[in-house]
Amino acid sequence: MTEPLTTPAHIAQSIGLTTEEVFVGHHAGAAKAMRLENVTVTFGGRAAVRGVTFDAYQREVTALIGPSGSGKTTLLRALNRMHDTVRSAAVTGTVMLGDTDVYGRSTDPTLLRSRVGMVFQRPNPFPTMSIYENAVAGLRFNGVRKKSLLDEAAESSLVAAALWDSVRDRLKVHASTLSGGEQQRLCIARALAVEPEVLLMDEPTSALDPIATKRIEELIGELKDRVTIIIVTHNMQQAMRVSDRCAFLLMGEDRTGELIEFNSTSKLFSEPDDPRTLDYINGRFG
Amino acid sequence: MSSISFDSSLDPILSRRAAIQKIAASSIARRKVYSKVAISVCLLCLVVALIPLVAIITYVAAKGIPAWNADFFTQVTKPEGIPNGGVWNAIVGSLIIDGIAVAASVPFGILGGLFLAESDGPAAAAVRFSADILTGVPSITIGIFGYIVWVKTVGSYSGFAGAFAIAIIMLPVIMRAAETAIRGVPVTLREAGLSLGARRSTVARRVVLPAALPGLLTGVLLAVARGAGETAPLLFTIFGNQFFQANPTKAMEALPQAIYTYSSQPYNDLIQIAWGAALLLMVVILVLNVGSRLMAARLRRERR
Ligand SMILES: Nc1ncnc2c1ncn2[C@@H]1O[C@H](COP(=O)(O)OP(=O)(O)OP(=O)(O)O)[C@@H](O)[C@H]1O
Ligand SMILES: [Mg+2]
Repeated sequence: MTEPLTTPAHIAQSIGLTTEEVFVGHHAGAAKAMRLENVTVTFGGRAAVRGVTFDAYQREVTALIGPSGSGKTTLLRALNRMHDTVRSAAVTGTVMLGDTDVYGRSTDPTLLRSRVGMVFQRPNPFPTMSIYENAVAGLRFNGVRKKSLLDEAAESSLVAAALWDSVRDRLKVHASTLSGGEQQRLCIARALAVEPEVLLMDEPTSALDPIATKRIEELIGELKDRVTIIIVTHNMQQAMRVSDRCAFLLMGEDRTGELIEFNSTSKLFSEPDDPRTLDYINGRFG
Repeated sequence: MSSISFDSSLDPILSRRAAIQKIAASSIARRKVYSKVAISVCLLCLVVALIPLVAIITYVAAKGIPAWNADFFTQVTKPEGIPNGGVWNAIVGSLIIDGIAVAASVPFGILGGLFLAESDGPAAAAVRFSADILTGVPSITIGIFGYIVWVKTVGSYSGFAGAFAIAIIMLPVIMRAAETAIRGVPVTLREAGLSLGARRSTVARRVVLPAALPGLLTGVLLAVARGAGETAPLLFTIFGNQFFQANPTKAMEALPQAIYTYSSQPYNDLIQIAWGAALLLMVVILVLNVGSRLMAARLRRERR
């Protein structure tokens, strides 16, 4: 096999940087928004995903990829303690949000979730609420009553979700009158209005058509400066388009998901460290 | 967009984030109190609702357990004053009458429920409405109905007449439970069946009904629990029988009937037997209720 002289590794060597720095263009001290250390999630004693360690950096999009059943959703839901509501579920290991230990004794799950928002696979705006009420729902739940703050947050989040122009004249109509793509953007706005530090997205475009998908992908790129995004996606092109770093999960013999590789997206998709990653991105399994 | 480092007070998003987090943190105490109060109110209501249930169960148990001995389960009722009476005849009678009632009402109930769930036409609306009315009809009315339609026509009191009346009590319960269970089957399953070229009846038989099975079972068992406890429909139809009688074409004894008869006698040993029978009936109904739930839960688990 003859290697071209211009692989990132060569470039890195020739300019004295690590390969990662070449790919991500990152300075060494980039702030970490979330850190996962040896995170394991079990349901009724059976591990669905085991021993995951990686960091999600601020102002970046981190993608979780892997075949069905590899525990992407399970892992994502561990990050804002959504498993608290599932009786059989248990999370071990450490998840840090900045300096906050997500599973720490003194951490209130309610307050934590106002800092770590979530967008689900299917658009799920509250059907009985208007567009405006949907957008500010999280703020109201968190005790915000000041009208000026509500209005400001509603506009800012709807603008950020690229929805403002099309709904500004009908903020009082029911959210169910929006199209699927618009509903999903409303859900993104709803999550953003609380100004979370991290936004978790579980296959946010899998229920949408290509045009709506494209808009959401563009949106993700624009939101990076505002919020750290961790996104689960089945679509590898999407992971390549939107993410800066990528975590590849795969289930082993015992059908428990494990982290196979965590790398900058460009590296993971061009010259992954693990042969299994290469197999997966080349469609050899999964 | 923005530079790497910035002053947070100048960035509108960061300042808003700080404001929101401050409000959220300062209101969390109040929100926790609200949530505690709300949960306490729910718990309180639950306890108040449970008091009569617990009171009845403990009272009946306390009164009935002394009656439970070997004779109680193996002997037929004896006339007052003669010791060693039991309710064996009533137990067998109840089993036979309720067994016939279930066998008669389950097919109608489940198929009727299937019709209600699968059809949205005016006929379904009318049937649903009638079923709801039927559920609310006082059971004594159904007893009289059974008397007129069966006892009068056939010319004698019988276990079959009792089973007929009990089946009418069970029918709407099964039907509505079946409708709910069948409606709970995801539309996508039905569509998957249809898209394979199956006829609606095939989809109902091969896909929908099996998927609804846990709910159907629960419905049937709840209906049995309901029917087994009814007294009024039996009073006009089975007449009661002090002797052992397992032939449903003849007048029979049944547990509710026995409770009714013996509790109104001025003899302590008979009243004692009535308490014992009441406890037995209560235990059976409790077991049916709990059992139906456990069974449904287990079926649902196994299917995942
Ligand atoms: N609530 C639960 N109870 C029990 N097991 C669960 C639960 N949720 C998920 N699992 C199990 O965890 C494993 C991982 O599921 P998960 O939904 O996280 O996979 P995924 O990677 O998101 O898959 P997909 O790409 O299909 O969405 C599966 O084996 C699943 O059966
Ligand atoms: Mg998933």
